[in-house]
Amino acid sequence: MFRLGALAVFVAAALGAVSAQATDITGAGSSFVYPVISKWSASYAEKTGNRVNYQSIGSGGGIAQIKAGTVDFGASDMPLDEATLAKFGLGQFPDVIGGIVPAFNVTGVAPGKLVLDGKTLAGIFLGTIAKWNDPAIAGLNPGLKLPDAKITVVHRSDGSGTSFNFTNYLSKVDATWKAKVGEGTAVNWPAGIGGKGNEGVSAYIRQIPNSIGYVEYAYALKNHIGYARMKNAAGKVVEPKTASFQAAAATADWAHAKNFNLLMTDAPGADAWPITATSWVIMYKQPKNAANSKVSFDFFKWAYENGQEQARSLDYVPLPASLVSQIESYWKTEFKQ
Amino acid sequence: MPAADTIPSSDQRSRTDARHDAWFRGLLKFCALLVLAALLGAALSTLWGGREVLFKDGFHFLASDAWNPVSDDYGALAPIFGTLVTSLIALVLAVPVSFGIALFLTEIAPTWLRGPVATAIELLASIPSIIYGMWGLFVFVPFMASIEPMLSDTLGKLPLVGKLFEGPPLGLGLLTAGIVLAVMILPFICSVMREVFQTVPVRLKESSYALGSTTWEVVWDIVLPYTRSAVIGGIFLGLGRALGETMAVTFVLGNAYSITSSLLMPGTSISSSIANEFNEAVGTHRSALIALGFLLFVVTFVVLLIARLMLRRLARKEGH
Repeated sequence: MFRLGALAVFVAAALGAVSAQATDITGAGSSFVYPVISKWSASYAEKTGNRVNYQSIGSGGGIAQIKAGTVDFGASDMPLDEATLAKFGLGQFPDVIGGIVPAFNVTGVAPGKLVLDGKTLAGIFLGTIAKWNDPAIAGLNPGLKLPDAKITVVHRSDGSGTSFNFTNYLSKVDATWKAKVGEGTAVNWPAGIGGKGNEGVSAYIRQIPNSIGYVEYAYALKNHIGYARMKNAAGKVVEPKTASFQAAAATADWAHAKNFNLLMTDAPGADAWPITATSWVIMYKQPKNAANSKVSFDFFKWAYENGQEQARSLDYVPLPASLVSQIESYWKTEFKQ
Repeated sequence: MPAADTIPSSDQRSRTDARHDAWFRGLLKFCALLVLAALLGAALSTLWGGREVLFKDGFHFLASDAWNPVSDDYGALAPIFGTLVTSLIALVLAVPVSFGIALFLTEIAPTWLRGPVATAIELLASIPSIIYGMWGLFVFVPFMASIEPMLSDTLGKLPLVGKLFEGPPLGLGLLTAGIVLAVMILPFICSVMREVFQTVPVRLKESSYALGSTTWEVVWDIVLPYTRSAVIGGIFLGLGRALGETMAVTFVLGNAYSITSSLLMPGTSISSSIANEFNEAVGTHRSALIALGFLLFVVTFVVLLIARLMLRRLARKEGH
């Protein structure tokens, strides 16, 4: 027994010695933030020697891992509700912003030329707007020649934060969608076919004429898929781009959202892109491993301050400064550091 | 030294042998039981994981075609339907073709051609399923999309079977998945058939030829009856693979929870549903997916059972 105790002390001392030089922290969850977190973690390791090991296992997995206490931070595309956060002693804050765009493939309609609004998009995904020359679409696109062809809807077949934000938007703007389908990482899609991942959806869109789907903005850009412009909550037609995503983040009412439990979809700003999304970092307020938790905060602080260029290079959008200062004061009041 | 001390008596020797035999028998028995234990363990753990939907309202789960993660209402009918239909299409296409290839290679082809073609078929079997999936998505789906309007215009106009070929030419769906599966299971069925056709004694075949049989008659009346149980075994090996195939099917099936009369429409299968949704599934949703896994066990088991019964009935008919 004594021997075992001595060994434990020795091991603890050895681990302590290691952590004094460099700490390895682990995170797991959302695949949406994986590219930017891994890029940040490489630069952060160069600067500080601390390594961030992030596993992209999906939001559901990330939540399960942080609840089990096996990782230092979890990342989820869906915010946790008040009760869950309180029950497990967790806190959450946004990390980076991304946009979701309706992507389409219609013969004769150039990318960016199509304009849609929330109600029409909901009608298309419900299957009630079944043809491209439907008056609802034609009304939004005067002067655009739309074919008399059936619309093929493409959605995600895997559970994803992209689907969650997209269905959340449709639920906000269309009562029928809210009642019939609702919102979630996976829902009971009333129409269309399912592609696995952003790549599956975009492959289907490219191959099937007269199809429409939704993908992450970064993905649509890299793969040159035609995306539609959207009429936002303020009634203005906006283009998906960094400025409009940031406008959505800036005009969303973060100040009144406890624990940042707020989805940026259908944001009120005049220039806001209506389907803007973020993901949340989830951490313990009273961490068991205080040293690792401290490094995690340091990592995200570093990322907010220095990681913006890298986020932009991957077509994510950094959080606006006002939101960052809110997050930092949230850290001070809610977390034991 | 007296010889009797170094050379063990025959009595002693046989006792050691018996002990070694017992050890070996025990080891073999352990190996065999391990397989059973692993099978039982997997079945029970999927049953346990799926208890939330299976035991709460098992009948609803089996009989409903709903799949709604938002309201946590799950039914397995659509995935089961997709799994069975795609596997059936695969079998219908792959069995005659593999039979033809095996026949050609063992009875008709010149000897110099047999080796290379047989090797090529075995190579087909070693292609990973993800490659079939990508080939399916990027090459085969566009091809199917281009011929599907023609299918709808010709076969789709026929009475009865016409219903099977209606719908928009998406290129993906039950038929496409079935054809990709057929290509995947063909090498398995074909290899088995070729191997067993070679075991037919030349004596029997030569005698039949001597009596004036054509090649077809020799194959149908001599080769097939001689190898029947192995041929059926090979077919069910292929069917087993088709039922459980995941990646390739996920890419080309369309992943829509629907049951349709048309083969050109998208569907879903048990394994592709699990592969698609497991990552992000929590609570009841996760339980429903594990329960689907259990159902795949049951479906495969039932199919194997039917195969066994069929073989037994055939054997009885022959008077064995």
